[in-house]
Amino acid sequence: MGNPMKIRAASKDGVTEVKVLISHEMETGQRKDSAGAVVPAWWIKELTAKHNDKIVLTSEIGSSVSKNPYLAFKFKGGAKGDKIVVTWVDNKGDTRTDEAAIA
Amino acid sequence: MRHKNKFVLLASLLAVAGGVGSNVALADQSTDAIAKYREMIADGNPSELFAAQGEDLWKTKRGPKNASLEKCDLGLGAGVVKGASAKLPRFFKDTGKVQDLEIRLMTCMETLQGIDPKTVVNEQFLKGEREKMAALVAYIVTESNGDKINIDMKPAEMKKMYELGKMAFFYRSGPMDFACSTCHGDTDKRIRLQDLPDLRSHKGAAAGWGSWPAYRVSNGQFWTMQHRLNDCYRQQRTAEPIYGSDVTIALSVYLAATAKGGTVLTPGLKR
Amino acid sequence: MNNQRRNVLKTGSGAALLSVLASAGIIAPGMALAEWNKAAFDAKSMADTLKALGAGAPADSKDVQVTGPDIAENGAVVPVGVTSTLPNVTMVAILIEKNPSALAASFNLPAGTEANVQTRVKMGQTSNVYALVKSDGKFFMANKEIKVTLGGCGG
Ligand code: HEC
Repeated sequence: MGNPMKIRAASKDGVTEVKVLISHEMETGQRKDSAGAVVPAWWIKELTAKHNDKIVLTSEIGSSVSKNPYLAFKFKGGAKGDKIVVTWVDNKGDTRTDEAAIA
Repeated sequence: MRHKNKFVLLASLLAVAGGVGSNVALADQSTDAIAKYREMIADGNPSELFAAQGEDLWKTKRGPKNASLEKCDLGLGAGVVKGASAKLPRFFKDTGKVQDLEIRLMTCMETLQGIDPKTVVNEQFLKGEREKMAALVAYIVTESNGDKINIDMKPAEMKKMYELGKMAFFYRSGPMDFACSTCHGDTDKRIRLQDLPDLRSHKGAAAGWGSWPAYRVSNGQFWTMQHRLNDCYRQQRTAEPIYGSDVTIALSVYLAATAKGGTVLTPGLKR
Repeated sequence: MNNQRRNVLKTGSGAALLSVLASAGIIAPGMALAEWNKAAFDAKSMADTLKALGAGAPADSKDVQVTGPDIAENGAVVPVGVTSTLPNVTMVAILIEKNPSALAASFNLPAGTEANVQTRVKMGQTSNVYALVKSDGKFFMANKEIKVTLGGCGG
């Protein structure tokens, strides 16, 4: 199920900026380990971010996104204390959801 | 023969930079651009992920004694984490030893949790107890970010360690006859476009010591100071020191003492 | 709509996400997300990727920007992003021309979400990085060259 994400969200002048750090290997399937064996592809494919009950971002992701992915985006609205909920699913079907309050 | 080898190795180290033609020229014009790159990735240092795990571990009951580390004394009193790593290594009366952060944590794990230090010492970096150690370190050094490097050099044991560390820093060994000072004793040395600080100077030591432990973007790993030093011994082509052995503590005391007064910028974000 | 959803549910991780989202109450039944666009992520060339994204040959636009450094010290972590001042942007994507597959990520932006998304990608070598934007149903593009001093697989 992976380790927790780090979600930071802050609202200013009616706009909320969300920054997400995700713990994930993001293996391309093209890398070889020290023994020369191909490291199988393993990456986050999809991500959804919600503000309270409303979807504010969905993403389709390829394996060229960096290890321990970082994502930042902005949406209109959002008040201090509102919930930001982020969910990802990787190519093995593993998934994780974390949430944070808007500061 | 020996000198020729050494030359070739240094030259290749200095020249390696995947697929780039003229490194020297590029290095000069790109220093600003690289500074900008570093600035752009500074926000959202993945060290935060490790620090969050570390904070959890600090509070988690485990080991044969099923206890947390919340009573661990890192030098500022039981349980005080804030500001602790800026003052390490330090001489601890209870163990009668100079200890760096990792070795001090090993003491706490042994006394509070009953975890045998051997499970850390005999492990590999990034695995098992050492992986947990790295997470704990990430958490603790985050709590000193922005502080002044301020180790207590008054105890005689610290002075002894400093002298030993200074010797170790200039001691040539290995097939290439390298010392730490071979790579870190110049004002303008660059390897793979990486500015190598002159660790003999206050400024260089503050930059180098003050920005480790760090997340390494090249491999997505979080490295403790023990890991950093261990890898430099590898670069020096010498036998790797035992985890937490005196020479690693001594080098840390030498670096931290030289860096004293500089700013802690941990966890760092490195190539 | 319902048929489409059932199709999506039958396939791989799209199904996994959907069921998670559905059980978490994130999506209402009947509101399916687009399926992970395998064709677009598998495409090697820019042209094939654009085709798979349904973008054809997008016009260059000064109102689209690629954010990123001129030089990346390490190709394993290259900060890149898309911003745009175009109206009604519903999708943005980041494409790296010289990567084995060009498409790095695409983002669907519901109304209210700004055309301003930043992430970090791996780059094997110096390359043009393209920002693709869908505004009022039409596609626009901009690009920026990012030099990489050490490829994303170096150590
Ligand atoms: C063969 C050259 C070489 C030798 C010898 C060497 N190092 Fe290093 N050291 C490096 C390189 C290269 C880096 C930069 C890190 C990297 O990119 O891998 C580095 C980084 C460091 C840093 C972090 C500096 C910073 O600003 O991030 C410290 C501290 C350090 N070395 C200490 C030592 C010590 C102590 C020794 C002796 C035990 C030593 N090094 C021996 C090559 C060397």
